[in-house]
Amino acid sequence: MQQGFFEITKNVALTADVYKMELAGDTSAITAPGQFVNIKLEGKFLRRPISVCDSTAGLLTIIYKVVGEGTAQMAKMTVGQRLDVLTGLGNGYDLTTAGDHPVLLGGGVGVPPLYMLAKQLIAAGKKVSVVLGFNKASEVFYAQEFAALGADVTVTTVDGTMGVKGFVTDALPADYTYFYTCGPEPMLKAVYRATNTSGQMSFEERMGCGFGACMGCSCKTITGFKRICKEGPVMRKEEILWES
Amino acid sequence: MGELNVDLCGITLDNPVIPASGTFGYGYEFAELYDINCLGTFSFKGTTKDPRFGNPTPRIAECEAGMINAVGLQNPGVEKVISEELPRLAKCFHKPVMANVSGFSVEDYAYTCEKLDAEPQVGWLEVNVSCPNVHGGGMSFGTSPEAAAQVTRAVKKVTTKPVIIKLSPNVTDIVAIAKACEAAGADGISLINTMLGMRIDLNRRKPVIANKMGGFSGPAIFPVAVRMVYQVSHAVKIPVVGMGGVSTARDVIEMMMAGATAVEVGAANLVDPFASQKIVEELPRVMEQYRIENLSDIIGIVE
Repeated sequence: MQQGFFEITKNVALTADVYKMELAGDTSAITAPGQFVNIKLEGKFLRRPISVCDSTAGLLTIIYKVVGEGTAQMAKMTVGQRLDVLTGLGNGYDLTTAGDHPVLLGGGVGVPPLYMLAKQLIAAGKKVSVVLGFNKASEVFYAQEFAALGADVTVTTVDGTMGVKGFVTDALPADYTYFYTCGPEPMLKAVYRATNTSGQMSFEERMGCGFGACMGCSCKTITGFKRICKEGPVMRKEEILWES
Repeated sequence: MGELNVDLCGITLDNPVIPASGTFGYGYEFAELYDINCLGTFSFKGTTKDPRFGNPTPRIAECEAGMINAVGLQNPGVEKVISEELPRLAKCFHKPVMANVSGFSVEDYAYTCEKLDAEPQVGWLEVNVSCPNVHGGGMSFGTSPEAAAQVTRAVKKVTTKPVIIKLSPNVTDIVAIAKACEAAGADGISLINTMLGMRIDLNRRKPVIANKMGGFSGPAIFPVAVRMVYQVSHAVKIPVVGMGGVSTARDVIEMMMAGATAVEVGAANLVDPFASQKIVEELPRVMEQYRIENLSDIIGIVE
């Protein structure tokens, strides 16, 4: 973990309520795709945990959805503004177990952390399939960006206005070796049931600190209690204990 | 440069700044960021006899100038705290540490305190009779003078180290409870624990917190804490550790003028992991600003 100041270099809408923000600053603490950053906002007591979409030397990309006052405040921010950001939080995805043909399954704002993952898996010579699930065509974002990396991209929409009609689980490729997923909990449960390989799933929970101090975001797993912010947010399929 | 050290129940603290229990874990996360030996001490995560997961999530809610938590005393239980956490803690912190203890019966408190009392690095036992997040225990021992005194007596009987009783603000007469603890042999009082609070999610028309209510902390509760520290410290002879919304060196000085011998920093650590270190660093400059040569001179200076 590291604390640093980042300067906004871009903040643009991708859909009606999803925004992409690029931030210049020291990204050296970000060591794996699937990690998150925790952003201090003026006038808000708790920081806002947001997953890392991409991180290169000196440039951090996040994609966030406006869901409350904090993210609405972020959407109004302009280029040049500086933010206090904790970076390098959480465990992130482990790429070593991917096999030759991993499938990446993202739902809504669960899509962004899969971008850096896809980039690194492709760089490691893997054949990468990506299934991006949304409610409707107007909510779709980042399909072209994944395709530009060289991934085999399928979009699913619940209402069928783009791509395959249905859920990400309706578009699983035939011969994948492993899965990585991030999305709302009902989707994670569906992926858990529909997949026939091992895999990793990224969870979210309301957090206090985001770095393991407050125990606010704990969950029970087969291997014991884990803090989603510290031992997570990524869990292996085999250790997940669904509570409801 | 002024003198920062204070005496807390016979042990000298290099400075009065103490990260509060539940906001600092066992210190490791913070030791990755700075040398935590700059602190006076810290109070580690509340320990119970048996391991606990705590309450269901969500157990965090944001408020104006603060937050609500309903963690519910998640901890690995006293045996594992002693066998696993304390040896790790000893590697990054080399001063006496404050052991925070909670329980669900008088016997629980005594059992856990006796075990931790035997640990060489434990300097003080901070006995939490004020957790608002557990049912049938915690706060119920801190809301009546008799029950608080009973816990105090039971713990004092089996321990040798200073016993500090941590009190709840969710009571009608905190002074009566503090006096009862003092009469029962407490070596110090710490206050305030969190205030019982609640938030509602307007979309879902349900409480934000799964447990409905939780402990409200942060800068918003600072004036309440100062008031209670003032009232209690002027009514008892034993030292008072003040806490509740402390986030700056000025807050530390205000709390000490109200009557605190030492000051705990809680929620501030969660939003700025460097908060406690910054307060220690700022103290000499702020002391100079208010012409304070010796911090211990200002303890309870407000009549």
